[in-house]
Amino acid sequence: MENILEISGLNKAYDGFALNDVSFSLPKGFIMGFVGENGSGKTTTIRSILNMAKIDSGKITVFGLDSVSDTIEIKERLGVVFDSLYLAEHLNVKQIEQQLKPFYKDWDSGEFFRRLKEFDLPDNKKVGDFSKGMKMKLMIAIALSHKAELIILDEPTSGLDPVARDELLDILTEYIENDNRGVLFSTHITADIERIADYVTILHNGKVWYTGTKDELTESYAVIKGAENDIPAELKSRLIGFHAYRNGFDALIKTDDLAGIPDTLEYEKASIDEILVYIAKEDKYEKNERHS
Amino acid sequence: MKIIIKNKSELPIYEQIEQQMKSQILDGTVTEDEQLPSIRQLARDLKISVITTTRVYNDLADEGFIVSVAGKGYFVAPRNNELLRERMLYEMEDGLEKAVKNGRNAGLSNEDIMAALKKFMED
Repeated sequence: MENILEISGLNKAYDGFALNDVSFSLPKGFIMGFVGENGSGKTTTIRSILNMAKIDSGKITVFGLDSVSDTIEIKERLGVVFDSLYLAEHLNVKQIEQQLKPFYKDWDSGEFFRRLKEFDLPDNKKVGDFSKGMKMKLMIAIALSHKAELIILDEPTSGLDPVARDELLDILTEYIENDNRGVLFSTHITADIERIADYVTILHNGKVWYTGTKDELTESYAVIKGAENDIPAELKSRLIGFHAYRNGFDALIKTDDLAGIPDTLEYEKASIDEILVYIAKEDKYEKNERHS
Repeated sequence: MKIIIKNKSELPIYEQIEQQMKSQILDGTVTEDEQLPSIRQLARDLKISVITTTRVYNDLADEGFIVSVAGKGYFVAPRNNELLRERMLYEMEDGLEKAVKNGRNAGLSNEDIMAALKKFMED
C-alpha cells in the first residue's frame, strides 16, 4: 500500500521536551487519529511535517516528497486545520479568497463559494468574528478548494459544540470517500475518532506508544477490575496503570494476558480514552513505586 | 437496506452491521443480485472507518452472503438458501450451546435457562 505520509526516526529537541525516534505512516485512502496527552508531542510532530519546526534528524515524506526540500510542492497539495484561524482576522471571506488564490495553482473559486454556502458561512462578516465552528469550516473549505490530497487537523474539535463536531466528521467521511486522499486528525476528544479513524497513533512523552489500525488497538487491550488479592503475582507486573483503591483495583491489560486469569477478575474492552488514561497512570505509578 | 449502529452496544460495529445485513438478506429485504453500496460509500453513510466496512464485506463474502464482482462492486449473492439456512442453524446451535454452558456455570437450573430463553423469544 502506498503511503501518503511517512515519518521515520524523527527527533526534535526543545527545552525540556523531545520527540524521540518518532516513526509512523499513513496509507493512502485512510484516516488516522493522532492522540496523546498535552505535551506528548503531537503539535511538534505536525509542525515538523509542515516544515514549521526544523527537525534534528529523521525523514518525513508527504506524497513521497521530502518535507524539507519539497515543502513548497507539498503545501500546494496539503490542507491544514488548526485550533485557531491562521488568516487575517479583519477580512471577510471574499477578501480572504482574493488573498489566498495566488498561492495555489489549483485554486477553484467556484468550489470555495459552493462550500461556503454549504457550510452556511456568511461572506460579509469579518472572519475574526466567526464562531469556532465557523472558523473550522472555513479552514476546511480552503483545503477543499485547493484540492488538498491530505488534510492535517490539529485539535480542530477542542471548544467545538457537539453539532459542529458531528458536521466535521460528516465532512471528513465524505472527503475520504475518494481513496487517493488521507486525513491526519489530532484530537483530545477520542470519541470523535473512535468511529471514523482507520489507524491510530498514540504519542506518549515524545515517543510512539502505539501505531497501527484502530481495530487492533482496541482489540489488544482490556480494562480489568477486581480484588487485588486475586491477581496472580506474575500477572501484576504486566498490568498497565495499576490503580488500587479500598475495595479493589483496576488496570489495563493486554488481551493476550487474559487467558488464565481467575474468574473473580472481570474485564471489558477498553476505549481509546481509557487506554490513554492508563498509559498516563502507569507513569505516576512507576514514579510512586520508585520513591516509596 | 437499513443499518443502525448503536454506540452503546456491546457488539463491535462490524458485527452489528454484519448481523443486520445478514438478516435483511435472509428475510428478502434486499434481494438477489442487488448492488450494495461501495465500501467507501457505506463508510461515509454510516460515518465509520473504511477498515470497518472492508471487514464487513470480506466477512459477508467469505460466508457466501455477498459476492464481489471485479470492477463493479459488491452484490447480494444468488440465493443458495439451503447453504445459508444451514449456516444460520449452525450459528443458532452454537449460540444455544454457549448459552446453556454459561447458564450452568452460573448455577441456573434447566427451568431457569428455559425461562430466560422464552423471555428473549417474546422480545
